[in-house]
Amino acid sequence: MKLITAIIKPFKLEEVRTALTDLGLQGMTVTEVKGYGRQKGHTEIYRGAEYAVSFLPKVKIEVVVPSADVDKTVDAIVKAAKTGQIGDGKIFVSTVEHTVRIRTGETDDNAL
Amino acid sequence: MSSSLPSRRLATVIAAVALPLASAIPALAATPVPNKGDTAFMFVATVLVLLMTIPGLALFYGGLVRTKNMLSLLMQVFAIVAMVSIIWVVYGYSLAFTGGGRFNDYIGGLDKMFLKGVTAETTAATFSNGVVIPEYLYVAFQMTFACITPALIVGAFAERVRFPALMLFIALWVTFVYFPVAHMVWYWAGPDALADAAKKVAAASGDAKKAAEEALAAVQADAGKIYKWGALDFAGGTVVHINAGIAGLVGALLIGKRVGFGREAMPPHSLTMTMIGASLLWVGWFGFNSGSNLEANGTAALAMMNTFVATAAAALAWMLAEWMGKGKPSLLGLVSGAIAGLVAVTPASGFAGPMGSIVLGLIAGVICFIACTSLKNALGYDDSLDVFGIHCIGGIIGAIGTGILAAPSLGGTGVLDYVVKPGEGVVGEYVIATQVITQIKAVVLTIVWSGVGSLILFKVADILVGLRPAEQAEREGLDITEHGERAYNL
Repeated sequence: MKLITAIIKPFKLEEVRTALTDLGLQGMTVTEVKGYGRQKGHTEIYRGAEYAVSFLPKVKIEVVVPSADVDKTVDAIVKAAKTGQIGDGKIFVSTVEHTVRIRTGETDDNAL
Repeated sequence: MSSSLPSRRLATVIAAVALPLASAIPALAATPVPNKGDTAFMFVATVLVLLMTIPGLALFYGGLVRTKNMLSLLMQVFAIVAMVSIIWVVYGYSLAFTGGGRFNDYIGGLDKMFLKGVTAETTAATFSNGVVIPEYLYVAFQMTFACITPALIVGAFAERVRFPALMLFIALWVTFVYFPVAHMVWYWAGPDALADAAKKVAAASGDAKKAAEEALAAVQADAGKIYKWGALDFAGGTVVHINAGIAGLVGALLIGKRVGFGREAMPPHSLTMTMIGASLLWVGWFGFNSGSNLEANGTAALAMMNTFVATAAAALAWMLAEWMGKGKPSLLGLVSGAIAGLVAVTPASGFAGPMGSIVLGLIAGVICFIACTSLKNALGYDDSLDVFGIHCIGGIIGAIGTGILAAPSLGGTGVLDYVVKPGEGVVGEYVIATQVITQIKAVVLTIVWSGVGSLILFKVADILVGLRPAEQAEREGLDITEHGERAYNL
């Protein structure tokens, strides 16, 4: 099993969710995060107090899939989340050791 | 036929003619009674001023601080209203608005302590002869002013003051600074007292005339020092704004800057709240300015007009100045400009003409913008919510502007003389230069009294209770450390 972590632009969330559902994915976890890469922030001014805001709002999606499905899942996310502009985001793939479905006790691939 | 019939008929005829005549002749010593329109108007004005403070000022300030300190600001403003209300009716009204004997130039007496002698029948003078309002209503109206003035101060050292120290300071401040300044600027014997004394002078002759003249002089002397100078302050440019503004600056300098000021980001957590607060302030300010006329007439309407256009002009001026200077027009700049305009027009509201008020607003908007941005950054002090930059600077612009704009030659109302033709107010001669100098004197005395007084009282509160929270507590947020609550549990 692999954990796919995707940091994407917030307005792309719906598109990515639809793409993953079309693939047959049953669930995902979404978090609102802040971050930056090559996309610079902006300046905000409040009555003469200037703030350089480096952190931009992003959305983090986490899905765990069977190892065989990693490539097609990553491709689907890339296709849905891409705009071609700086700040589109990144995808990280890591290994998951063990999975359990809480309600039934099913494990590993049966729990996905 | 009885001989009484013709005499009875004659008596009836005489009565039918004489009675209407008698009631048409105004009785010389008839006690004026409140007019229901004036009373209803002042009731609404009082309530509007309370609305300015809670929630207007509370939200205006609250939105400008970080989430972790929002509740502390709401708490400070609301608690100040509650505390000062009680102080006002116990001794504040008496000290501000009665004759004080030896120190009457500076402070009143305790004759009306606990509102002694004030009943539902007693009345308070207005600025028109023969027009009065219920005294309770005057007490209540002035009470809202006594509440909002100290509440303004807290913005200067927001996010870094301890609640108990603040409450102690405020209780002392209203006693030793606000009540004396209100007395000095606004206390006078009233138009009817002046008219009665002047009429006695006119009616007297020989030795009695000299005594009557001395009596008139005594009535004219029964007023606050700044009032006797002839300074004009319709609704509180000096009493409220310069007063609070300088106290705020002193507090900000004494307490010091917020932890992380200049290095860490501390943007407003909710400009939505700030805009709501600013809007409530503008709406409520009609009660503040028009209500200061104490009766519902054309002057109250003039004050409303000025409160409209000066504010609009100042809001646009700040917005445009910022647009040109920094590149973008901001909401915070727009509403800050509006507040600056409101502050500046306050002393002028019942005196200036609307076109003059527009000019006043434009000037206040630009100068306060500079004060709150370039000047503040250059001098490096942390006046968190620009109490000095908007209220003190705006108040000074307004006070001096009033001296110019009240001139009849510039569309102003001029100043009324109640002695030359007793029973009515007559517009006297107006010399702009003289009036401006008088206004400057009033400004200087207010700054000195409030500045020195606030400094001493801050020190007292600091020694007795401790003004500033520990650094860790300030970092965590006053909501949790002072009040054990969160403004938001999202």
